[in-house]
Amino acid sequence: MDFWTDLLQAILQTALSPITAAFVIAAIGLNIHFGFTGLMNIGQAGFMLVGGYGFVISVMYGVPLFLALLISVLASAAFALLLGIPTVKLRGDYLAIVTIGAAEILRMTARLANLTPFTGGPSGIQSPRFREQLNALSPLPEGRTSFLGLEYVNTGVDDWWTRILAWGLVAIFLVFTWLLIRSPWGRVLKGIREDEEAVRSLGKSPFSYKLQALIIGGVMGGFGGILMSLPAAINPDGMGRATTFNLWMIMLLGGAATILGPLLGSILFFVLRLVITSVASEYIPGHVLSAQQAEILAWILIGLMLMLLVIFRPQGILGNKKELAFNV
Amino acid sequence: MSSAPGYPYDRELLRQNLKTLDQVPGVSKPDPILTADNVVRRFGGMTAVDVDHLEVQRGAITALIGPNGAGKTTFFNLVTGFDRPNGGSGSPAASWSFNGQTFNRPSATKVARSGMIRTFQLTKALTKMTVLENMLIGAANQPGENLFVGLVKPLWAKRERENIERAEELLKRFKLDAKRDDMAGGLSGGQKKLLEMARALMSNPSMIMLDEPMAGVNPALTQSLLAHIEQLRGEGTTVLFVEHDMHMVRHISDWVVVMAQGRIIAEGLPEDVMTSPAVVDAYLGAHHDRDLGDDDVMNTAMIRTIEAAVEQEAKEEAE
Repeated sequence: MDFWTDLLQAILQTALSPITAAFVIAAIGLNIHFGFTGLMNIGQAGFMLVGGYGFVISVMYGVPLFLALLISVLASAAFALLLGIPTVKLRGDYLAIVTIGAAEILRMTARLANLTPFTGGPSGIQSPRFREQLNALSPLPEGRTSFLGLEYVNTGVDDWWTRILAWGLVAIFLVFTWLLIRSPWGRVLKGIREDEEAVRSLGKSPFSYKLQALIIGGVMGGFGGILMSLPAAINPDGMGRATTFNLWMIMLLGGAATILGPLLGSILFFVLRLVITSVASEYIPGHVLSAQQAEILAWILIGLMLMLLVIFRPQGILGNKKELAFNV
Repeated sequence: MSSAPGYPYDRELLRQNLKTLDQVPGVSKPDPILTADNVVRRFGGMTAVDVDHLEVQRGAITALIGPNGAGKTTFFNLVTGFDRPNGGSGSPAASWSFNGQTFNRPSATKVARSGMIRTFQLTKALTKMTVLENMLIGAANQPGENLFVGLVKPLWAKRERENIERAEELLKRFKLDAKRDDMAGGLSGGQKKLLEMARALMSNPSMIMLDEPMAGVNPALTQSLLAHIEQLRGEGTTVLFVEHDMHMVRHISDWVVVMAQGRIIAEGLPEDVMTSPAVVDAYLGAHHDRDLGDDDVMNTAMIRTIEAAVEQEAKEEAE
């Protein structure tokens, strides 16, 4: 019985983790790109990297917190423009190639040993080195708090303060997305997803709308990157291809072109992985499947799930079959 | 609707005016809404479109006809900004003026904003959006289409209500009101054509360009489409359309422009232009006196006869 209570505990812990929240926010951004506008961004991790490092490096150089946030936002926006201006006029696949390429270039650059003074090289930067200003803002008292059986420091590294910030940001971005998508602006985005030429013939500029969507989704990716780095460290390999593909999985699982899809998708994704690994290591004898192999098994099953999902339920859990966006 | 007064809405009067014109390519009209000069488009060594001068009369229904490959659709694409004209080496640059605005190499967006809205030969309904959403996207005056305004609903809700009202009116007129909340992808081909036309009207265009509005539409719907086009004209919208169906051209157009091999070879009244020697040569061929649009005449035997005649001619030429 102990196993099951422990598992429940672990599930709760995963569901509330700031990393989960970071993935939610980055997936909301990706959903704006792909779900609502039809932009094939296969480099969302690149936006996370730009946003995350934009913030961390600014703070390390003594820039005030809010200015550092602004720098991070501007860096993500500039990255979106850089990728978008030459490619969004072309067919969708070109953006896909450019984004995945650019994200990899960024990751490789960030982990260069020569850049260790700025980026920390392959091992990245530990979060206590850039969290002081953020912790100073915490309204929570000193000490530790236990809530629903979870116990963390109020303000520190892997703490309640980060969790409050992360899920607060999730709420803000969800409302923001909802406001955007119900507006006529969002309607034009969907029109572009359906048929760009038709929208152009009605006097709207798809180029401008696509760039706006790319920037907004990219900035959200950037915020995801900042949140990723807060609980432990920022490091380039934490935001690589695997992260991008996980984000796609999260978005498709929850439902592309839905508001709450990324939230549900992200929580489910992490919880599922946890359950598969825990159950596998508990019930399958160690000489058949070691703990390390159980981890790999979880990935294999998740990959399989993604395939089944796209084949049998392309609209995801929350999606509307009539409006499914997955028609690439 | 949206045009300046002072030109004949009355069809008879308009036709009287047009009757006085010389029926030659590039003739100037009493009140042109669109004037195109030196529009040239080459694909490699092939010149698809080479139009020196064309004027389109305001308030009239002008048909653009010609055999397949004559460059009609390419010309359409050029004028509406969906394609860019070639800067001719030595030849003067392309330019056209519409409703007082002069364009050189405009974007399609800019052309549409100036009040010239087009439809497509292959309909472009936004299939995964509802019919009403399709209509609302056609409106030109919604401030909420700006990112920041869009976030604050009170700033655009009033305009949205007005647009919905207008959309419902148009849907009723095109008999699509029952489909209001259906996905546009679920409409039939003909209904999509109607929707596209209705959507184009949302912004009150001063000129509407229809690219083969009758292609793939059943005869019953053709009649209602014709009526809609005539109604548009009656309201003062200028119509330019590309069409193959001679019946329709004769039936509703006030003026006909004939293109062949990229050039305008004739212009004139629908009842006269068909008999002009250039048109007979280039387009209608030896069988121009047969009504090719009439199924009773255009039966299999007739097609065989024509084919045989064509083969005979080819043989004679080869010899």
